[in-house]
Amino acid sequence: MNTVIDNTTVDIATGGVRPLNAALHTLNGDITHTLWRVLNPRGQHSIAVGVDAPISITIEGHVGYYCAGMNQHARVVINGNAGQGVAENMMSGEVHVHGDASQAAGATGCGGLLVIDGNAGARCGISMKGIDIVVKGSVGHMSAFMAQVGSLVVCGDAGDALGDSLYEARLFVRGSVRSLGADCEEKPMLPEDRAILAELLERAGVDPTISPDAFRLYGSARQLYHFHIDNVSAY
Amino acid sequence: MCGIVGLFLKNPALEPELGRLTAVMLETMTGRGPDSAGFAVYGAGTQQSVKLTLRLPPELNPASLATRFSQALGVEVPVTARGDHAVLVVSAMQEPLARLLLEEEMPLVRIVGSGHSMELYKGIGLPAQVSTRFGLTGMAGTHAIGHTRMATESAVTTAGAHPFSTGRDQCLVHNGSLSNHNDVRRRLVREGLSFETANDTEVAAGYLSWRMRDGARLDEALTAALDDLDGFYTFVVGTENGFGVLRDPVACKPAVMAETDDYVAFGSEYRALVDLPGIEDAHIFEPEPARVYFWERKTAEASA
Repeated sequence: MNTVIDNTTVDIATGGVRPLNAALHTLNGDITHTLWRVLNPRGQHSIAVGVDAPISITIEGHVGYYCAGMNQHARVVINGNAGQGVAENMMSGEVHVHGDASQAAGATGCGGLLVIDGNAGARCGISMKGIDIVVKGSVGHMSAFMAQVGSLVVCGDAGDALGDSLYEARLFVRGSVRSLGADCEEKPMLPEDRAILAELLERAGVDPTISPDAFRLYGSARQLYHFHIDNVSAY
Repeated sequence: MCGIVGLFLKNPALEPELGRLTAVMLETMTGRGPDSAGFAVYGAGTQQSVKLTLRLPPELNPASLATRFSQALGVEVPVTARGDHAVLVVSAMQEPLARLLLEEEMPLVRIVGSGHSMELYKGIGLPAQVSTRFGLTGMAGTHAIGHTRMATESAVTTAGAHPFSTGRDQCLVHNGSLSNHNDVRRRLVREGLSFETANDTEVAAGYLSWRMRDGARLDEALTAALDDLDGFYTFVVGTENGFGVLRDPVACKPAVMAETDDYVAFGSEYRALVDLPGIEDAHIFEPEPARVYFWERKTAEASA
């Protein structure tokens, strides 16, 4: 396990994921603008999980599950596809996937920004709690399931049951929505919603010719907040 | 859990490499299924002959098997022993006779699979041990399907390992669990099918074989499965010329595919695909839920 760390480049093919993550975990919040480059991820799981420092990490290739999970402060760029649960439970910082992401991207995220240039699979933003997610392609079924806080922006289409059992969160979709989940409904786009959307589109680097006006807003109908016997079939 | 790998070659130049590539993929999926493993390889064969893959009890010598069959069938019957499995090649016309002989004289021999081109091997142990035991690396062919098992639903036995085959040149591997398999099994038994185990996957394999016995193509059988099989599943199925993939509508069980001009590959995780030639430039995608994917030799294109 002789991973050579020259302070910026780590080749996972020579040492595995653990030495990389161990090295990243020794960093603390005082370190600024340190650039890390990760080579040969080859679909390995849990790369750059639990980082808590304002550094930049660029991963050159496809990653497996949970990449950049629990991220705080770091900016993680994945030059490839991401497996399940990319940026799950992110607290702050930014994760940018240049390819596609598998299911449960940004799951339970509490903060920060997740940008996916391609498509995201099922359950994107499931149980999101404050994270913002911008998907330049489409998202799969059950996206934003039980979402609580934050915004999910979908420049393409959304699959079945979007926003099922939604608490509060803004779901902006530019394309079609195959179906809405229980208690999710279209809302009028108010100026404050539009401002949030415009800012996210800009931060995510979405093609500036795509106007916020091309999106529709979906949110909670707030009928499932409290148990009501008439809703029993929807629980 | 459980891991699935599959490789369907479009470029014949890769056929000698099929076993080696599949073995690497299978071993990478060890973490998803360390208790048993198995694989089906579609290799050389003719329409006039049938390969019977048998699992032999320890006391049965493969050489004596060859002698007995050659004597009984009046022709030389080639037998290739690999681990505790042996592949016996008989003419298609003599297949019923060979099966009768097995049943009457060697009741402890299990027929693991049969087909013009398919050979099927499975056993308990780590995937690397299983593929070494059977010499997977040296096998050639057009397509292969493999499985690493983490048993959740029935016992860790060789018979409970995947793939399951219930029809000629047909096999199926499964990641997930079916919730209505007892009901479907009862229906299929009434239709004349028989089952060796209490395993849910064997029921799914039997279901597809039953549909195809009634004339359905593989893709039609898979489409019908969406209505009749309940539970979690990612299936990869093989036929003599084809390779199909189906995920249930909820699609909890993972699946990644890669396609190039040379092959179509399936892995439960992308990790399983990283050593395939040209993977850097492959079209990589996740099969959509409740959509039947099917590739067949010659045409070699997906139908939706």
